Amino acid sequence: MTMQPAGTEVASRTMSIIDDLKGLEGPLLPILHEIQEEFGFVPKEALPVIAEALNISNAEVHGVVTFYHDYRNHPAGRHVLKVCRAEACQSMGGDAIAAQIQQRLGIGFHETAKDNSVTLEPVYCLGLCACSPSAMLDGEVIGRLDADKIDEIVEEIRR
Amino acid sequence: MGLVHEIDFGTPASTSEKQVTLTVDGKTITVPEGTSIMRASMEAGVEIPKLCATDMVDAFGSCRICLVEIDGRGGTPASCTTPVGEGMVVHTQSERLNAIRRGVMELYVSDHPSGWNETAGTGASEFDKVAAEIGLTEVRYGVEGRNHVAPGNGSLNIDYIARDASNPYFTYDAAQCIVCSRCVRACEEVQGTFALTIEGRGFESRVSAGMHQSFLESECVSCGACVQACPTDALREKSVLQKGMPESSTVTTCAYCGVGCSFKAEMIGEEVIRMVPWKDGKANRGHSCVKGRFAYGYATHKERILNPMIREKISDPWREVTWEEALAHTAKEFRRLQYQYGRGAIGGITSSRCTNEETYLVQKLVRQGFANNNVDTCARVCHSPTGYGLGQTYGTSAGTQDFDSVEHTDVAMIIGANPASAHPVFASRLKKRLRKGAKLIVIDPRRTEMVKSAHIEASHHLALKPGTNVAIVTSLAHVVVTEGLFDEKFIRERCDWSEFQDYAEFVSDPRHSPEEVEKLSGVPAETIRGAARLYATGGNGAIYYGLGVTEHSQGSTTVIAIANLAMLTGNIGRKGVGVNPLRGQNNVQGACDMGSFPHELPGYRHISGDTVRDIYDSLWGVKLDDEPGLRIPNMLDAAVDGTFKGIYIQGEDILQSDPDTKHVSAGLEAMECVVVHDLFLNETANYAHVFLPGSTFLEKDGTFTNAERRINRVRKVMAPKNGLADWEVTQKLAQAMGLKWNYQHPSEIMDEVARTTPSFANVSYDFLDKMGSVQWPCNDKAPEGTPIMHIGGFVRGKGKFIRTEYVATDEKTGPRFPLLLTTGRILSQYNVGAQTRRTENVVWHDEDRLEIHPHDAENRGLRDGDWVRLVSRAGETTLRALVTDRVSPGVVYTTFHHPDTQANVITTDFSDWATNCPEYKVTAVQVGASNGPSEWQEDYEALAKRSRRIEGKMIAAE
Repeated sequence: MTMQPAGTEVASRTMSIIDDLKGLEGPLLPILHEIQEEFGFVPKEALPVIAEALNISNAEVHGVVTFYHDYRNHPAGRHVLKVCRAEACQSMGGDAIAAQIQQRLGIGFHETAKDNSVTLEPVYCLGLCACSPSAMLDGEVIGRLDADKIDEIVEEIRR
Repeated sequence: MGLVHEIDFGTPASTSEKQVTLTVDGKTITVPEGTSIMRASMEAGVEIPKLCATDMVDAFGSCRICLVEIDGRGGTPASCTTPVGEGMVVHTQSERLNAIRRGVMELYVSDHPSGWNETAGTGASEFDKVAAEIGLTEVRYGVEGRNHVAPGNGSLNIDYIARDASNPYFTYDAAQCIVCSRCVRACEEVQGTFALTIEGRGFESRVSAGMHQSFLESECVSCGACVQACPTDALREKSVLQKGMPESSTVTTCAYCGVGCSFKAEMIGEEVIRMVPWKDGKANRGHSCVKGRFAYGYATHKERILNPMIREKISDPWREVTWEEALAHTAKEFRRLQYQYGRGAIGGITSSRCTNEETYLVQKLVRQGFANNNVDTCARVCHSPTGYGLGQTYGTSAGTQDFDSVEHTDVAMIIGANPASAHPVFASRLKKRLRKGAKLIVIDPRRTEMVKSAHIEASHHLALKPGTNVAIVTSLAHVVVTEGLFDEKFIRERCDWSEFQDYAEFVSDPRHSPEEVEKLSGVPAETIRGAARLYATGGNGAIYYGLGVTEHSQGSTTVIAIANLAMLTGNIGRKGVGVNPLRGQNNVQGACDMGSFPHELPGYRHISGDTVRDIYDSLWGVKLDDEPGLRIPNMLDAAVDGTFKGIYIQGEDILQSDPDTKHVSAGLEAMECVVVHDLFLNETANYAHVFLPGSTFLEKDGTFTNAERRINRVRKVMAPKNGLADWEVTQKLAQAMGLKWNYQHPSEIMDEVARTTPSFANVSYDFLDKMGSVQWPCNDKAPEGTPIMHIGGFVRGKGKFIRTEYVATDEKTGPRFPLLLTTGRILSQYNVGAQTRRTENVVWHDEDRLEIHPHDAENRGLRDGDWVRLVSRAGETTLRALVTDRVSPGVVYTTFHHPDTQANVITTDFSDWATNCPEYKVTAVQVGASNGPSEWQEDYEALAKRSRRIEGKMIAAE
């Protein structure tokens, strides 16, 4: 299990991220991205700190965080695999690919493997329609998925 | 009597001056440019069905019900988000539109539980009506939507959210929600709290309070704007769910603060089901706070006393008697006291909570019946310096603007007030203006919600040491004068130039410079300079102030300094500017207007004026005493000295609200006949010999005058539970004392006020019914009243600059009392809390806490929540600490809503030099750890228990 940082530590690390990015126009999303990068998820304790610093309400921050599926409220596995489920990928056999991946990893979408090796998530278009079906592993996109590519992905995850 | 129907135009009005003409369903209508098609249609009498639109908030365009067809344009645009265009031809009904609307409605219904019996709705919501109007014949998608099928109800549904009933007054049932965002937008745009959001997306979208919290835990302030905005039963008053939709309504005026919000009291029979702010109310424009909308339960609280009572000694239990016996006894006692101790041995106190008419009668009873001028009112302890200061400088004892004026303000300066807590509806209106770009300066020892809260941030916060107001405001004037920022043209035209020159010379002295004032106020010089420059040069500058200005030994001086500052900068006499006292009570302005002061007859006319007295002498058939009578503190002093023996107190709890409680109790104890006329056995009643039960604002006709001088009608919606309205009680007491009064209705009292008071000359109930409300002066010179005063010139002639020398209060910190205590209020409670403590509002604030800075707490070894002893040279009390950096080091703060805290045992007898307004806002204190209640608190509690016994009844005490 990943140890979750204590509340005060979350606050101080959040504050330093906010200090760096506060000057941007529309700083909320960049701050949230950076927090997710820092903690691997967006800790609930960070929300009031952001609200206070940007002079908006807790509710507003909560609304934004929950609107975007990308922001997690708990830590993910060591790897994050996002498989595109949108129309173009579906038309190129994406359904079968998704089923194979689930089977190989032994988990469904929105789940994390018991050994914490990977979190599997659906994604709706990576902008890679020309190379359908596609996926993204830890931020790196992978096109033209087939059984071999799935093997590579699983190998990478199991490593 | 039916429901008062208000039209919902769907979108806010446009303020454009350019007119546009269009045709809607064959009707031609001309509206201001920028108006939505939806609003224009409604103005033409064509109602377009809608769900996500309401005219309290901006158009949103999400529900897809209000679609229309426009000739020459493709598609079916939403009428709420489409502005009108010249010559546009709009159709609101067609086969195509009906089919689209039905289709959309079908989708809504599929996820909306119409026959949902777990949390049955009213069946009478806007949603239900629109569904009926559109005429759904089938629901092709079923009605088992995933957002409302509870687990255990046949299927496991992770989307189901149980109903949130945490708020004492309303519930939130996500199952009935259509996610139209009206509540979220009302919270943001109308109230300005931003406590609500839509969380998630798609089917998981839900209204969420705070961060997926219950309403009670969240930032919600329970103003109820969301409940009012909700088109379904998702947000609904508990009272409506329990008792059903109201059947009739009457427009009346809130009886809490000086904003004076207009409400529809919505009833079933004689029971109030809910209070709904009235959109035509010019003070509140359809908004309210938690007190006005929800906290009316005290009217039917079990502790309300409904029968008159008397007792020989205050140690005796009360004995219930008839009205006749109580009034005859009072009259006999008062006459005996006057015979025995002299004409001046008795007096009266009028109430800022009662109507103008009732207040007028009490002062009339004192002047005509007691034949003296011993009448005073609770304004003595709040805004008497306002009356004096503004009277001296401008010529009227009242604020200069209407609340609408704030919509034109560019720089607002708030001094010694926290409207977010004490005048919440005004705060919402101000915040709305601030979100549109107006700037804010706050002068307050505490970092209030106005200094910083969501989307609000003051440009300058002058966190001054309590008691240094005069120095700060004079220093602002110093900057304005020495930096040449004053408005010479305005001053030459409207003020006395030589007095200006004198004042300019006075303030220019280096001792008033920000650098010098920094030393005594603790406010950095640059902050003072910044604030002065912003106020003087930022456009329309408006000053709003509260009791943090008046309740000081130099309260009147600060008011004068404020008036000077506004004159210096030309910020008087038009929209968006002015000097505006935020009045504490619903009718404190009215009580002052009605001649409640010992030296003034109605309309602020001095008692020594022969011509004024003549008016009343001839009307009342008496010879009025031309000497001013006793003020409240003088009455108490005289009582202790043995020369003042009897008092009639209508609707005021002086024991709890007046300073130096021990002195008040000593005064009351020394009297032989204390008559308390109130809803409850309040703290003052512990020292009373006669108790006359009072009536609530729901039980009588009358008028209240709010902080903007607006005379609003109060209308009776139920019979007085105690049998008589307060004006009838005073009239019967007058009759028992031999006066020939015979008023049949409060309107006749107002007619007498209008006949005798020039500023009220044109006011009558008929006129008020016609106009809705009117702001005095209202006479032949201003036939429709006066929203803004001093236009083109001051009432007194030339505006008068008066020197404002800062004299530090004698209440100083030292080794024994190193901290300064200042006092204030909180949103959910009202003043001494007699009413709000008897409502569910106690869930937000069930005790007074002492705010103390972490450094001061640390030095004393105190932690948050510890019991602490609070000591001043006047007395001591105990309460629990709240450690916070909202207060500066060296300053502590508490509220005074709870009688067991007795915050006023601590406050001293220092008072304003001109008006005796007590110095509540500065007391030198020491704070230390404590084990429990002080000796005074224990003794007092025993006395309170003893003195609330009623023969043959269980203790009715709090």
